[in-house]
Amino acid sequence: MTAMSTRVKIGVAVGSALLLGVVATGYAVLAAEPAASPATAGAGPVTLAPGQPRLLTITDRHVASVAGTDPGGARTVSNVECLRVYAAAGTGVCLAPENAWSYRVVVLDSALRPQRSVAVPGLPNRARVSASGRMISWTTFVGGDSYTASGFSTRTGILDTRSGSTVMSLEEFAVTRDGKPYRSADVNYWGVTFTADDNVFYATMSTGGKRYLVRGDLAARKVETLKENVECPSLSPDGTRLAFKEAIDADPQRGWRLSVLDLATMRVTPTAETTSVDDQAAWLDAATLAYTLRQDDGRPDVWAVPADGSGAPRLLVPDAESPSPLT
Amino acid sequence: MYLSTVSRPRTDPPDVEPGRSRRRIALVSGNVLALGTVSLITDVSAEMVTAVLPLYLVLGLQLSPLAFGVVDGVYAGATALLRVVGGFVADRIRRRKLVAGFGYALSAVAKLGLLLAGRSVPMIGAVIAVDRLGKGVRSAPRDALITASTPPESLGRAFGVHRTMDAVGAFLGPLVAMAVLLAVGRSYDAVFVTSFCVAALGVVVLVLFVRERDTPTREAVATGPGGGGPAEEPDEGRPTVRELLGLLRDRPARRLVVAAALLGLATIGDGFVYLLLQRRENVDLTWFPLLAVGTSLVYLLLATPIGLLADRIGRLPVVLGGYAALGVTYLLLAGPVAGWPLLVLALALYGTFYAATDGVLIALAGPVLPPRLRTSGIALVQTGQALAYLVSSVLFGLAWQAWGPQNAIRAAAVAVAAVLLLTLLMLAPTYRPVPRKVS
Repeated sequence: MTAMSTRVKIGVAVGSALLLGVVATGYAVLAAEPAASPATAGAGPVTLAPGQPRLLTITDRHVASVAGTDPGGARTVSNVECLRVYAAAGTGVCLAPENAWSYRVVVLDSALRPQRSVAVPGLPNRARVSASGRMISWTTFVGGDSYTASGFSTRTGILDTRSGSTVMSLEEFAVTRDGKPYRSADVNYWGVTFTADDNVFYATMSTGGKRYLVRGDLAARKVETLKENVECPSLSPDGTRLAFKEAIDADPQRGWRLSVLDLATMRVTPTAETTSVDDQAAWLDAATLAYTLRQDDGRPDVWAVPADGSGAPRLLVPDAESPSPLT
Repeated sequence: MYLSTVSRPRTDPPDVEPGRSRRRIALVSGNVLALGTVSLITDVSAEMVTAVLPLYLVLGLQLSPLAFGVVDGVYAGATALLRVVGGFVADRIRRRKLVAGFGYALSAVAKLGLLLAGRSVPMIGAVIAVDRLGKGVRSAPRDALITASTPPESLGRAFGVHRTMDAVGAFLGPLVAMAVLLAVGRSYDAVFVTSFCVAALGVVVLVLFVRERDTPTREAVATGPGGGGPAEEPDEGRPTVRELLGLLRDRPARRLVVAAALLGLATIGDGFVYLLLQRRENVDLTWFPLLAVGTSLVYLLLATPIGLLADRIGRLPVVLGGYAALGVTYLLLAGPVAGWPLLVLALALYGTFYAATDGVLIALAGPVLPPRLRTSGIALVQTGQALAYLVSSVLFGLAWQAWGPQNAIRAAAVAVAAVLLLTLLMLAPTYRPVPRKVS
């Protein structure tokens, strides 16, 4: 270095900066996401209104629907962009991008028109509408202060579309764990599912490295733990069973088995799906679960499996995610 | 004596024509400026990835990010050990620039690793570990270079300027990442490639402009009669492991390392502080990230002025003052003040705590540590602090669980007071205020 004059050094530095700038720009140009492609074959209005049995999904980031009798067949793709969708009784919830780094929870009417929206922190993960269409719930991931410091937490919120009241985070609720009052800074919630009275709900609570099924009371602003190692519960149409993901050997690092819990006996029945399922399943009918699986490159497909542990999983809708039955 | 000969901050490298007026106005030496520039560029690169990684993991790869926390603790311990090893190697081969450059290069390569890791959670974990390892390896040699390039009475200023430049980079990073995303949509890999290119530029600047030794003329001056400045000691062979252990038997050095660890025990971590603030004030969760931005802004603005203050009134009082600010921050979180005054006051004090301790502690340590083991010594100080912080954040979590957040934060304030007193008792007897410039 001693031989190099300052002028040469500055020249080398500027040259490197230009070269690296060209590399970065070149890569960005090549990698740039193509402009949003218009809806493909079968574009048309997707409706949440009652009618023929259909399955609502996300296809290529847009809300789409397929006929319940022929889910692999022609699909109708709307121009409504969502990362996740769910609908019941003519009300939809869409986790919609606001820009490249922030998202909103958008409540949709039966024609997919936005009715109201809530700005949410973090990145969308789960969304649900209660069977009556009244209660909306969602979960987002929130990044830590630094990615080299400890990472992520979740925020789970609830919106009552009738009263307009919002709970931005269940962390405000009082907790009873194993019958005793409990508090901790590391409490996180995800995956809400409401019962028919639109007040009592089930969800996952994690604390101290364990994940619990909790039953919550929205009006009383409290939750109590029911069982360990139950995540992303989804209540059956008759309200007697919860589909959920069960961490294998209680270790999420080893993946999850899609299972069903009988609420009367608290007995767990694993389904025939042996691939790890990281999703909040949806009940297609009283006996069938639908859920998203991802291929190695991250492309999603919607699968279905019987809820009673029998049979085998079958591919329902290729290249789609976030299933939600419509009747 | 030497005070009047070396106290003037050296600004220009010898190969620049002398007599320029900027020698008078420059705050710090050219080497510190070069290291500050490298840190600024590298922090732009690092914070770009920090801003985008959650988006990439959750939306790009559709992974469940909660799995990542588990890997964290394991790597933290390994990094702490490797930091000391890196510091010792830098002392032993006497090439701090090389070791620091290795750390910067490692982090740069990790940015490309994120592209290659794909959807594999263990691979992504490993890449993040490599990035963190690079950060761990480079900070002690970098701080040792700053110490060696600065007359002892100006260390506070030098570290202040360096940390300010560092913070500016951290501020720009997320903005650059957003600009890239605006241009390319959701192609997160373009952000990683840009981040790599920025980091590579940082390494180029380091290679070209950072000097292992300060100007030869300057060392000649400093080691002249009565010299005791920052110049290297005469060659006495390479430092051995035994010498490194001996460093811990040396009273002033040992007390410093222990004090740094003690002070580390007083910090509960940003996560808890912001969470408490958010809950007290019911800050809208979407605005939550702004709490960290507010703190960094105060840090950025105050690092240099407080460094200058430390050179005037002494570094120990400033460091202890910083921890006092931390204690008051904790008390505020459990106190009667509420609303905007609480938010503004708490963030201002919390930023002041960082500005008064981060660089100033190393400025305090530099002159106490023997030059031939200075990098190892700085690494020990930083490692002690990091490990103690791990312990204290776990303890605070337990206290929260047992006594509730309000009582836990009061206990943390009491702990700060106790640690402050202990540190004062330990360091005051061996503390010599910095030599002041003879006017």
